[in-house]
Formats: sequence, C-alpha cells, structure tokens
Amino acid sequence: MHIIENGNVAAALGVKLAGAQVIAAYPITPQTPLTEKLSELIEAGEMQAQYVPVESEHSALAACIAASSTGARAFTATSANGLLYMHEQIHWAAGARLPLVMCVVNRAVGAPWCIWNDHQDSISQRDTGWIQMYACDHQQIIDGVLKAFSLAEATSIPVMVCYDGYLLSHTYMPFVVPEEEKVARFLKPFKPAYALDPDNPANLNTVTLPDIRMDVTGEMAHGYMEIRYLLQEDLRAALTIAQQTEDAFKEIFGRGGNALVEPYRCDDAEYIVVGLGSLTYQLRDVVEILRGEGLKLGVLGVRLYRPFPDQALTEALQHARGVIVIEKALSYGYEGALCSDIKAALYEHIQDRSRAPFVKGMIAGIGGRDIRTPDLTATLRAAIAGTPEEGPDWIGIKL
Amino acid sequence: MGTRGYRYKTSHSESGPGDGGRTGSWRVQRPVLNTELCTPARRKAEACFICWLYCPDCVISRTIPPTIDYEYCKGCAICAEECPTKAITMVDEADRPADDEEPTACSYEGPRPCT
Repeated sequence: MHIIENGNVAAALGVKLAGAQVIAAYPITPQTPLTEKLSELIEAGEMQAQYVPVESEHSALAACIAASSTGARAFTATSANGLLYMHEQIHWAAGARLPLVMCVVNRAVGAPWCIWNDHQDSISQRDTGWIQMYACDHQQIIDGVLKAFSLAEATSIPVMVCYDGYLLSHTYMPFVVPEEEKVARFLKPFKPAYALDPDNPANLNTVTLPDIRMDVTGEMAHGYMEIRYLLQEDLRAALTIAQQTEDAFKEIFGRGGNALVEPYRCDDAEYIVVGLGSLTYQLRDVVEILRGEGLKLGVLGVRLYRPFPDQALTEALQHARGVIVIEKALSYGYEGALCSDIKAALYEHIQDRSRAPFVKGMIAGIGGRDIRTPDLTATLRAAIAGTPEEGPDWIGIKL
Repeated sequence: MGTRGYRYKTSHSESGPGDGGRTGSWRVQRPVLNTELCTPARRKAEACFICWLYCPDCVISRTIPPTIDYEYCKGCAICAEECPTKAITMVDEADRPADDEEPTACSYEGPRPCT
C-alpha cells in the first residue's frame, strides 16, 4: 500500500511492523514526531508494546539495554545532543552485544544550538561498535528499520538507522508500507542469543580482567580484549550479513538490493561523487546536469558506514580519475571522516598507486545550510577541472 | 589456552563464590559472628538469615548457625550493617589474634546456587 507521509511516520510504521516490544525515548527535535507517533500507536492499541517515558536519552538507551537483555525487541530514537547524551550507553549496548535498533534523525550538534540537519551527531558515534545505516528517502527509512532489526539480531550488534532531519523527517513523500504477511516472512521472531532468566540468575557485563580467567563453572572465559576482538570480528562479518539481509529483503519485497553502496551512473563515470543520506539522491540531478555538459559523472551513496564497506567502495571507485567526497560532518582539525576512510580503503586495496583516483573532500550543509544545486554543479566543475587543493572545501560558506 | 570456544561473546558470570578469583585476600576487615546474638543460632531454628540474603558474594551459608566463607568474603561489611541483632562485628585483619586459625583449605566445591 502506497501512502504519503513524512519520514518520521515512515520510521514509526517500520518499528510497528517490526513488532518492537519496548520503546523508551526522550523527545528531541527533529526526532519528536517519531516518538509521538509510536506513543499514539501504542495508546490506540494498534501496537503491542511498552512505551517507557524516561527523563533523558541516557535513560532511554539504558532502559532499552535492560529490555533487550531480557530478550525483548527494543527500540529508541534520538537526534544531535540527545545522541551525545547517550554516548556512554551507546558503547555499552555494543559491548553487551544487544540487538537494539535506534533511529538517529540527523541534526547539527551544539554549540551553538542548531536544530537543522547535518551528520555530525551520528558520525561522532562512528567508533562505538554499532552498525550504521544511512537512508536516502522514506522508503529506505521504513524498509531500513526492518532490515536493521534483522541485521541486529543476526549479528548481536546494535544498529543505527540514520536519516536527515527535516529533509526526510518532516517532508512528505509517497512510499510503500510493507505488507504484514511479507514482514512475517522476512523478520523471524526474535530469539535472543542470551536472555535474562530469573530461574538462572546471572550477572551480565561484569568487570573483566586484563587477562582471560576461569569462570565459576571452570570454563576459561574471555578477558576484555577477547570480547572486544570478537565485536570487531563480527562487525567485519556483518558486511556480508548486511548484503544477505538485503538480498533476502529484495527476494520478498522486490525492492532494494544495495546494502553497502548505491551507485548511480557510476559504470562509465570518470568522476564519482560520494556521500551519505539524502544528499546522494539530490546529487543525481547534479549528475544529469553535468552529464549534459559532457562530464562523465556518477554518484555513489554509502548506505552502510559502519562496518565500513572498504572493498565495495574500492571496486566502485578504483577506475575513476577522481573521487569527490561531500560530507555534512568533519573530524575537526583534519577533514571529513568518510573522506579519510575512503582514502584509507583505496590506499589499502589499490596496488598500483599511480593508478589510484585523486580523492577530494568537501564539506556542505553544516547546520542545515541550504545545499543548492547550482553550488554543487559549480563546485564539481571546478574540482574536476582544477588540481585538488589540500584540505576540504566548504561549499556555500559565506565568509 | 584460548577462549575461542567460550559460550558467550560478552562478560557473563553466574552467581556463586569465586567468580572473581579468591577474593578473600582483598579483605581489610573480617566479619565475625557472635552466636550468642545471632537469631538462628540462639533459637536453634531457621530464622532471620538477613546476612545470607544481603551478602553480595553468596559467601554466607543459610545454616544454623550461618557460616562465612573467608576464602571469598571481601569484607564489605554489608552483613554487619544489616544484622538486626548486631551479631556480626567487623574486626581489623591486622588486629586478629595470632592464634586465630587461618582458614586452611578452599571450601569451594564448584558453583552452587544461593539457596
């Protein structure tokens, strides 16, 4: 069934379809309508779940961690400073290997206060051990939530579904609501790897020692380092599982297919623009305009940012002359994190470095600064024509 | 010896003394039970057992009288704090009389539930 709704409603309907049993969230712009919608659905009896009103985002994720530890399917959502307030628990959820799902409605981080969109919030959580997916439109939000639960439960790793504040969260767009019968085929009932059981009490995530040691049953238990190694190992394996999840989804629903990267006119492209989120769909118009001028341009959307699809990106980019990475976030003091990651992937995987494409980083849309198509076309023309300069260019800066 | 085959990918512990090693050596003060004040000891009946209930390390037995496993007791003093008849007092390990017997053998015989 097609409906026309906003991105937050798309996310809420995805959470409902996924059969989330516990929702704990604290409202923050631009995530608020998502949690309001979920509480409405629960209040109306359309969704069988516990809604836990909490006093902060830290508590929201803590409540979800507790719920997930008992074997419940748990969900939360936040934005910007709310996400940062969760930070300690974000690390915790990954280390505890809990298959939570969280929507991050991307918003700029204070100071100064800014409620509009960029990606600094979720990018700053890159190294927490969560899987991060980025949606480009409403269909990818609602489908993404379902895939996120499937992927989280297959890997015992929590998943963030990130989508652009306002640009997606508050705009209305037609999208297909997945049929319940198909969802039931795609997303199997949650069987937790471990669930708290009052009849067999246990302490979870107790203090570990630098070395391995015997547990009470006499079995040799991991030390901290082994537990963290396994998280890294499973995150790398999640690249394959993410694609398998995507393939299973496509088999049932007939859409999607690109779990890692989503190319648009990249096959013969001499220059490829790379980005995250809705910007990569806007860039499709830019590609058409510049192709009309004879520039062989393509755009590659990074759908899964962590674990980082280094091989898929290399395969997509290695034959280009140049790669331009446009980001709505940066690692202050250097450049955009995605740009650095792409450079590292190309350096790692391309043996003959004289054949490697140049990689040019650009920053755009910080704090919701309008990213105008004429600015993008002009900037890309210049980047393709000129020698790349050191450091990222800021598109649309008015200093 | 590796841990590749361990059942969990997290830090997981089941209740029972000794999960953190022989933690009795951490103790600065030891709880000492006075059976003349202890309710189950005095009444020779199953009663009270608040010390057993509160001990976070399950090292106090639910017996008449309760016994304390010094091999694992960390000396947290929660039992002494909770005992309604003040039957447990905390004694500095340094002040322990020289003729006081050191617990000789490890009393731990594998995991057991806090029953």
